[in-house]
Amino acid sequence: MWDPKMLPRIAPMATSVGAAGFGADVRSGMAAGGGGGGGDIEYGNEATPAGFFSADFKRHDDLKQMLDSSKDNLKLEAMKRIIGMVAKGRDASDLFPAVVKNVVSKNIEVKKLVYTYLVRYAEEKQDLALLSISTFQRALKDPNQLIRANALRVLSSIRVPVIVPIMMLAINDSVVDMSPYVRKTAAHAIPKLYSLDPDQKEELVTVIEKLLADRTTLVVGSAVMAFEEVCPERIDLVHKNFRKLCNVLVDIEEWGQVIIINMLTHYARTQFIDPNLQDGPGDQPERPFYDDSESESESEGSDAEGQKRKPYVMDQDHALLLRSTKPLLQSRNAAVVMGVAQLYHHLAPRSEVSLVTKAMIRLLRSHREVQSVVLTCIASMTTQRKGMFDPYLKSFFVRSCDSSHIKILKLEILTNLATESSISIVLREFQTYIASHDKTFVAATIQAIGRCASNIADVTDTCLQGLVALLSNRDESVVAESVVVIKKLLQTQPGEHKEIIRHMARLVDHIKIPMARASILWLIGEYCDRIPRIAPDVLRKMAKTFINEEDIVKLQIVNLASKLCLTNPEQTELLAQYVYSLARYDPSYDLRDRVRLMRHLVFPADGPNSRLGKYARRIFMATKPAPRLESSFKDRDQFQLGSLSHYINARATGYRELASFPAEAPDPTVRNSVVPLPERPPEPALQPTRQRGFYSDSSSEDESEDSDSDSSSSGSGESSGESSSGESSSSEDAAPARNKARARAPPPTRGVSALRPPQASSSDSDEEDSDEEGSTSGSGSGSDSGSESDGSASSAAAPAAPPPAAPAPAGGGGGNSVDLLLELDSVPAPLGTELLTPSLGGLLSPVAASGAAPATAKADTIELVSAQFVPSEYRELVNPITGSGLQVRYRYTRAPHLYSAAMTSVELSFTNTTQQEMTDIHVGQKTLTAGLTLHEFAPVSLLAPGGTVGSTLGVDFRDSTHAARFDIVTGGSRTVPVSLAAPMGEILRPVTMSDDLFQRRRAQLRGMNEAGGSVTPACCPTPSDVRKLVLAAVNVAALSSDTGDNERQLRFAGQTMSSGTLVLITVGLPAADAGDGAAVTVTVNCEKMVVGNMLLKELKTQLLR
Amino acid sequence: MIHSLFIINHGGDVFLEKHWKSVIHRSVCDYFFDAQSRADDPVDVPPVITTPHHYLISVYRAGLYFVSVCTSEMMPLFVIEFLHRVVDTFKDYFGDCTESLIKEHYVLSNVPWRRSAVKYTNNEAYFDVVEEVDAIIDRSGSTVFAEIQGYIDCSVKLSGMPDLTMTFINPRLFDDFSFHPCVRFKRWESERLLSFIPPDGSFRLMSYHIGTQSVVAVPLYVRHNISFKTGPGTGRLDLTVGPKQTMGRTVENVLLEINMPKQVLNCMLTPSQGRVTFDPVSRLLSWTVGRVEQSKLPNLRGSLSLQTGAPPPDANPAINLQFTISQLAVSGVKVNRLDMYGEKYKPFKGVKYITRAGRFQVRT
Repeated sequence: MWDPKMLPRIAPMATSVGAAGFGADVRSGMAAGGGGGGGDIEYGNEATPAGFFSADFKRHDDLKQMLDSSKDNLKLEAMKRIIGMVAKGRDASDLFPAVVKNVVSKNIEVKKLVYTYLVRYAEEKQDLALLSISTFQRALKDPNQLIRANALRVLSSIRVPVIVPIMMLAINDSVVDMSPYVRKTAAHAIPKLYSLDPDQKEELVTVIEKLLADRTTLVVGSAVMAFEEVCPERIDLVHKNFRKLCNVLVDIEEWGQVIIINMLTHYARTQFIDPNLQDGPGDQPERPFYDDSESESESEGSDAEGQKRKPYVMDQDHALLLRSTKPLLQSRNAAVVMGVAQLYHHLAPRSEVSLVTKAMIRLLRSHREVQSVVLTCIASMTTQRKGMFDPYLKSFFVRSCDSSHIKILKLEILTNLATESSISIVLREFQTYIASHDKTFVAATIQAIGRCASNIADVTDTCLQGLVALLSNRDESVVAESVVVIKKLLQTQPGEHKEIIRHMARLVDHIKIPMARASILWLIGEYCDRIPRIAPDVLRKMAKTFINEEDIVKLQIVNLASKLCLTNPEQTELLAQYVYSLARYDPSYDLRDRVRLMRHLVFPADGPNSRLGKYARRIFMATKPAPRLESSFKDRDQFQLGSLSHYINARATGYRELASFPAEAPDPTVRNSVVPLPERPPEPALQPTRQRGFYSDSSSEDESEDSDSDSSSSGSGESSGESSSGESSSSEDAAPARNKARARAPPPTRGVSALRPPQASSSDSDEEDSDEEGSTSGSGSGSDSGSESDGSASSAAAPAAPPPAAPAPAGGGGGNSVDLLLELDSVPAPLGTELLTPSLGGLLSPVAASGAAPATAKADTIELVSAQFVPSEYRELVNPITGSGLQVRYRYTRAPHLYSAAMTSVELSFTNTTQQEMTDIHVGQKTLTAGLTLHEFAPVSLLAPGGTVGSTLGVDFRDSTHAARFDIVTGGSRTVPVSLAAPMGEILRPVTMSDDLFQRRRAQLRGMNEAGGSVTPACCPTPSDVRKLVLAAVNVAALSSDTGDNERQLRFAGQTMSSGTLVLITVGLPAADAGDGAAVTVTVNCEKMVVGNMLLKELKTQLLR
Repeated sequence: MIHSLFIINHGGDVFLEKHWKSVIHRSVCDYFFDAQSRADDPVDVPPVITTPHHYLISVYRAGLYFVSVCTSEMMPLFVIEFLHRVVDTFKDYFGDCTESLIKEHYVLSNVPWRRSAVKYTNNEAYFDVVEEVDAIIDRSGSTVFAEIQGYIDCSVKLSGMPDLTMTFINPRLFDDFSFHPCVRFKRWESERLLSFIPPDGSFRLMSYHIGTQSVVAVPLYVRHNISFKTGPGTGRLDLTVGPKQTMGRTVENVLLEINMPKQVLNCMLTPSQGRVTFDPVSRLLSWTVGRVEQSKLPNLRGSLSLQTGAPPPDANPAINLQFTISQLAVSGVKVNRLDMYGEKYKPFKGVKYITRAGRFQVRT
């Protein structure tokens, strides 16, 4: 379930968050800090102002010297100090040239720090940064997966727009890498590339589609993250993967789980119908749990229709989603738990949402920040679903040590949860809170009491009495808050409450807080008929203090004056006039305007019988609707629970609305995938407690219920083949099948394109264009290839197209960087398009392309061709003696292996030399050295005496001459250990290119990458002899084919099977009249020195024959 | 996604920054400083701050603020959990998480889940069952609310690839639980046992929760009498601590803390046992009691001097209590046995139980 070896303990946590992967470089970057004494020195340099200016240009000289030294420990120390500066936010960009040359350092620690530095400053020093690109390109082909992944990570973190094509290629390559870790890194690189250049979207979507189909749990989480970042609207990409995602969810690393859960929530809201439209019979016992008013209001409208509708049956995929997310509630990661909680909140039938309660309560024990988010969510949920949290009421009791916003949130929840039965407990708690020292908290408590009082009729009077008691509290803010709340409460109450109003009128004398004063005045004005004697007196006092009051108080004084003047004109008319006059000259224009309006209503110009005057009373003394005291969390529902927008109660950038359930479910069959699923027959309502057994059932159970939809795949016997050949070559019509296969070829490609033999018929030529766009030439030359096929004239122009090519190294480096550039020279110009095709060159289209137009080799492309010579003699692998009668012989077919183009295919021939039948010949134990992979031959079930049977074995030698060792087992018991090592010449495949390109390529592969030697054959060979000899030994293609015997230089080209590294062979013949004893020179140019040298050796032996 | 991370010390210096995408200038932290200056207490800084272009999500741990900058919608918990995990990682590596430690250290290698071919001469597996009692006791001494939060922390040093199984005598006790990712959840669901291949070293295997529904034993009581008198500005304080339900064990490391209201200027108190300190700035009174014996109940009494002129406080301050009881899991959870599969040697196994106060508060 958890593969302990695969998960580095920290790397996963970074992964999903991280742009730059956390595993290594964050910690080095983050934890870096000058390294003790080092930091001080560099401080000293900058701190003294005198030295600061004078030594400015010499600043960091010591660091530069250290970086230039040959000792790794000095370099490391320098890098530590530099990274320390970077981490402190100090500018270290002037060291860029000195640092960047160390990118080739062999010391892994130095290298990592250089990477960290590079990622930080590449954007500022784009030209110089390009110098390092080739190093990454090379590292991308390293046999070590960690190095490949790291190179890709750093490459994709360099935010320099010119390298977009390189990144695209690197991603395309890595997506089909053997190592899941590299594929995961590729998934991480996608959003980075997308943010750098959104135009790449279309191609990235194809890549994402491939990744989503990946079966490794390590990859899936990151793939979904890329999906969410780049193309969340492409819901169609999810269909086929939906069930797989559900099934593997528990096994994915936790950060990936969060992303996937969120994505599936969005997905489910578009695909399934609302489970609460009609409550099933199973919900009945749960009903009383839920707040009646809520469930009624929500389902009332639909209930009527619901009666007529057929009973709701949950889509089984919907049920699967709920079932497979449930175990994650037990995750230690708060974000995962919250993710599941919101999924249930938004998707589950009402009766099941309460499953998440316990887990959410558990999160309340976590850190303050976690509490804050979870409480916000609970507060929002409790406005709808009281019952869920009812049993946990006490968990929301406030402690004195809680931080103040946590206290407020808890108060909110307690208020939402209070019911007739629990109100007494809640109120007792509130009582203790009022004594708190935290005044904002006390004020919030008073408001909460007010809300309880207005929501629960039983306790209204008790609360009101309590609040009135608070009016005599010593603390003014408490009193003020109580006044405001009482005012609201009185409005909702039909009763008299004369006493309370009178009490409040008395408070005006000493309460200072404006809001409270305003509330009291409003109350007196509104209910002036209940206290006819006091009201005019209050107005008298207010008229005296009018000019010193706050605006809101002044407004209420004016209101009070108007109302009193209408009800009790004898006593108050003069006072009102006086107040109006004061207000007329008030600095507030609002007040002046209002008074002007009121004066015309209360004292109409044409006497009290005017039309306005008649209505004045009705206008001022109209019954006002009571304010509703309700949760401020009521409207948060519009946002997805647990989202940032929900937390801040505002739409955040990039927030995606949660779709409302469709009325009719879209076609569910789109989710039927090739992989059969462990599914049970649909059940009307989920009963998770009874189904516990199969939560995390992985896809290992193969009871297929989908098998009818794609019968062809079941025959292949390999459940992993998403795009197995069976599917695409079956009945479907050709064009879409091709597209499909191309689009989601899985790592070990079994797609059609690999199947197609090199000499594909010309009927394929229509496909050529599209294929090329897909993969051959991601670097940008793809579109060129067609138009520029007219010859070598344009070939010179073509390489100039990719902008940042060669010039940078020469000019920009400056003195110091020259020596580091040595290596660069030996590598083809960074953007030279052709070389970048490499590692999956064989997998995808070029095979087909070359079939269509082999002769007119395009000016700038390297094309795969079929073998020009296929050896026919067999060699012995097992002789009849060691094999106890079984003889096995083999030969290299030089044809692409069907399983993977990186494999050398070996034809085996089994001969039974005994008199008995042999049964069941198959591969037993394999002991393969690093990186080697072996595709077993199909077992031979029966071999008659004397009979011979053929079979094919595939070995990916990883461009090495390591032997693949394995056992051949016969009859179930006898094992014969064999060891198969291919000569270097057999792990190549032939390619062709133009002479011009050959020369350029060769020029780029000089120095260490060139292996040369000469042999002196017995007699002077003719060119055609040499050609034959070379082709027999090495699987390459001869170039410049039809020059006759007077050609003195022969050229051959090929590339290695596994990594697609180019191999160029040049054989120089002595002049025809040189006679015997003249030397033949052989030169092999290859980036991999070992390959080159070994080839040379093989060729020399061959030529001496 | 997280764009950048800044680590800020309590002095308000950004001493470390890290950018995952383009570089965001550290001046974005000014918004954070604004919010910080508005809060009375570091813990009152809101975890999410909205600025015109960014969202700042921060956590406060070990006296440091970890402020991350996001530019678009994402689950705040995702970021918060991540930041806490960063701090945990620092603590794992450095043993603590302080500014100077972060500045000094480099960590360059991954810690794998299990290194391949781990080898120890002493193969040992230690398990600590730690239970924390959270409680609110009201002024009359009755329990308003009590629950237990338990953890099983392990230190496993076993060679090879051991597969462990732990069973409990009474697994029904757990109300709610969460597991380290190494635990096979299916087996827990079906058999109520913990089956796992442990990571190498120390980690938290499981946390569990025993909630309000069960009766939780409260091991201590506090008899208190605090009064603030008007007039000449003196108050009185009299506290006695005694054991309640301790299941025959002694309660140790008892510590009482009271945050005095702002009117209290000083405390003149004499303990019958232990040591008392009062910090006039933070107004924190703390009484380190030590061990509580039934025979002689620790007592603290004396007078409090109040600010003259100011009205006395309305209410008495709450008491926060800390204690530990060793050799006891107060809930009664017990490990039944621990079995190892997959390796041949015989490991040394040890289980230790400890109970301590979590958020234990006595209202007065």
